[in-house]
Amino acid sequence: MTREEIIEKGQVVYKKPALLNDTPMHYCPGCSHGVVHKLVAEVVEEMGMTEKTIAISPVGCAVFAYKYIDVDWQEAAHGRAPALASATKRLWPDRLVFTYQGDGDLACIGTAETIHALNRAENITIIFINNAIYGMTGGQMAPTTLLGMKTATCPYGREVSLHGYPLKITELAANLDGTCYVTRQSVHSVAAISRAKKAIRKAFEYSMQGKGSNLVEIVSTCNSGWKMSPEKANKWMEENMFAFYHLGDLKDTGADK
Amino acid sequence: MADQEITLMKGNEAIAHAAIRCGCDGYFGYPITPQSEVLETLAEQKPWETTGMVVLQAESEVSSINMVYGGASTGKKVMTSSSSPGVSLMQEGISYMAGAELPALIVNVMRGGPGLGTIQPSQSDYFQACKGGGHGDYHLIVLAPASVQEMADFVDLAFTLAFRYRNPAMILADGAIGQMMEKVVLPPFKPRRTEEEIIKECPWATTGRIGGRKPNIITSLELRSEEMEIINLRIQAKYREIEEKEVRYEEFMLDDAEYAIVAFGSAARIAKKSIEIARAQGIKVGLLRPITLWPFPTKEVQALASRVKGILSLEINAGQMVEDIRLAVEGAVPVRHFGRLGGIIPDPDEVVDVLKRSF
Amino acid sequence: MTEEIIIAGFGGQGVLSMGKILAYAGLMEGKEVTWMPAYGPEQRGGTANVTVIVSDDPVSSPILSSYDTAIVLNQPSLEKFEPKVKPGGTLIYDGYGIPEPPTRKDIDVYRIDAMDAAAEMNLIKTFNMIVLGGLLKIHPVVGIESVLAALRKTLPERHHHLIPKNEEAIRKGMEIIKKL
Repeated sequence: MTREEIIEKGQVVYKKPALLNDTPMHYCPGCSHGVVHKLVAEVVEEMGMTEKTIAISPVGCAVFAYKYIDVDWQEAAHGRAPALASATKRLWPDRLVFTYQGDGDLACIGTAETIHALNRAENITIIFINNAIYGMTGGQMAPTTLLGMKTATCPYGREVSLHGYPLKITELAANLDGTCYVTRQSVHSVAAISRAKKAIRKAFEYSMQGKGSNLVEIVSTCNSGWKMSPEKANKWMEENMFAFYHLGDLKDTGADK
Repeated sequence: MADQEITLMKGNEAIAHAAIRCGCDGYFGYPITPQSEVLETLAEQKPWETTGMVVLQAESEVSSINMVYGGASTGKKVMTSSSSPGVSLMQEGISYMAGAELPALIVNVMRGGPGLGTIQPSQSDYFQACKGGGHGDYHLIVLAPASVQEMADFVDLAFTLAFRYRNPAMILADGAIGQMMEKVVLPPFKPRRTEEEIIKECPWATTGRIGGRKPNIITSLELRSEEMEIINLRIQAKYREIEEKEVRYEEFMLDDAEYAIVAFGSAARIAKKSIEIARAQGIKVGLLRPITLWPFPTKEVQALASRVKGILSLEINAGQMVEDIRLAVEGAVPVRHFGRLGGIIPDPDEVVDVLKRSF
Repeated sequence: MTEEIIIAGFGGQGVLSMGKILAYAGLMEGKEVTWMPAYGPEQRGGTANVTVIVSDDPVSSPILSSYDTAIVLNQPSLEKFEPKVKPGGTLIYDGYGIPEPPTRKDIDVYRIDAMDAAAEMNLIKTFNMIVLGGLLKIHPVVGIESVLAALRKTLPERHHHLIPKNEEAIRKGMEIIKKL
């Protein structure tokens, strides 16, 4: 029996976007990446931008994003995605250009590229997955690791005297004149997913309207890196991550422009 | 400016004008002495208002080269320029572009190192340019201009070669060629390619899935070793083809020469003066000037070794190209090196003295 | 004909632009030229020098060990370049910046009090053109018409009204240069 035969006509209440292909994802069960990938694919499709999208993937867990979403992709060096996106958008102004980056890529090794691309008001969107840890390399401390949080490189917990403070780069971005829309979302519940999708859509639209740069942070779990069950990770995120990384829009000047 | 007008300008300025004229789509750079006139000239010329060329001052050389990486990924004709310390910062991006097989132009107007070094001319980045520089098994196509005219002419040549082989190309100049003024005939204007032409000529580029084609992916990543070896072998085969077809060099007074100087860039200019002086003293010496440093004119140097009694490698460094000369010569004749360091340019008289002492 | 010239002085004296006008004038006469500055971080007040070669044949090295003519406008430049004038060559200096004059006997030494003249004429900015005039009197490497054409070419339009003053300065230089 084929999938089409199993699914009777008229019975479909939910389906994945066509741009999300059938390649099995390498993400751990319970990871937020899969959900965000789906949202990005849906928004590109719904905006009718399939033929005009150029995406940039990072180094980190999302390095293989190009395998899962059927748009054109450039795979950047660690942290440099906003530089690739800046040039791409300037050279192809009518394309939808976005980067998809994690906290280590965006808020650590690529801080300069991130801040300057945003402040140059490049008409791009940065999707920023913040799970407070380096997932791909096996759970080391990230710039966004919370105080007290244990990782492979702060096994006794992050401590100010040793490691300094977690970086709220999204707050930093909201203070830049070049940014149009800066928001912090999550995908831990159906309602949150719905809000996150709206945020991605708004950011993409602003970028196409030439209103400046946009940053959508998605506070995420890394249940493998956090060494928790997916369910427990979600709960831990709500209690700890949201307490430090407050959800909601930090800046939206799109209507004024 | 009329197409064939002869004008006087610096090598760095010639690079900028040639870029606009050859239909370059984008320049991304960061100021550093002695090459800042490239970006300054572009900013002054405002090509975005005429040809539509994008000019952007990046936050660092790291960012510049990654902008080039992004732009090149879309099939556009893009370039950057810098000087030695800045080019060191670019090595990661250059390696990625070589791995992803992207055409682009990088200009290095060399200054003396190591480290922050000096701002005076040097040729001490030969190893970096020709032997990899960044990580992995790769080569750049490296052109060494010896005049302001060649600074202008090599921009289009470098782009042509870069696109022919889908490989980054480098113009390896130095502070002397970049800062000196000579007369130059700028190349004629070529229009920038249209987006339709780019999509047609670069079917691999990430231009968006126009017409619903399959997604294009630009990446240097392949975790499966067997696949990665195949990619490497394909790239190596391309390098062998470049070595076969693209060697360029100039000969000067070699017909009756008993000794030969091998020198590139501004060192070759000094060598010519030294040859004038030496010949006036009865020493029969000529010059072989590699124009492509990679691919290196190995066969030509080898052939030279069967005609002369000795070869002097004149470089403004501690001895880098001399290794390639010795590999080509295989001990057939003595090969000596002479160079000055730290931004000092050898003067023609001291080269003649070295010639006399060496052989 | 090949004339290998070094012009050296303080930054801000117009050394580089004088060389540029000379090179441009050569270009306009269809000659081969190179202009090679010793560049540095100094914008003003440091030492500056430029090698200008004007030739009927293609120029080999833009960097030289010795010169046909040295024009020196301060004491350190004199000390550096007097020994590098070819025997039988020419050295031109401005007495204002050089309390200890040149000593070589195997070269032709000329003095031009261009700084004093520029001050008298109330045309300090044409100092370098006075010096250039002196050079052209002794070695007519290029014609004065070519120099004026080069000025028209290289000066921004808004400064073109100054060209007659420059011409005046060049003629002054031709007048006041004297052999020692």
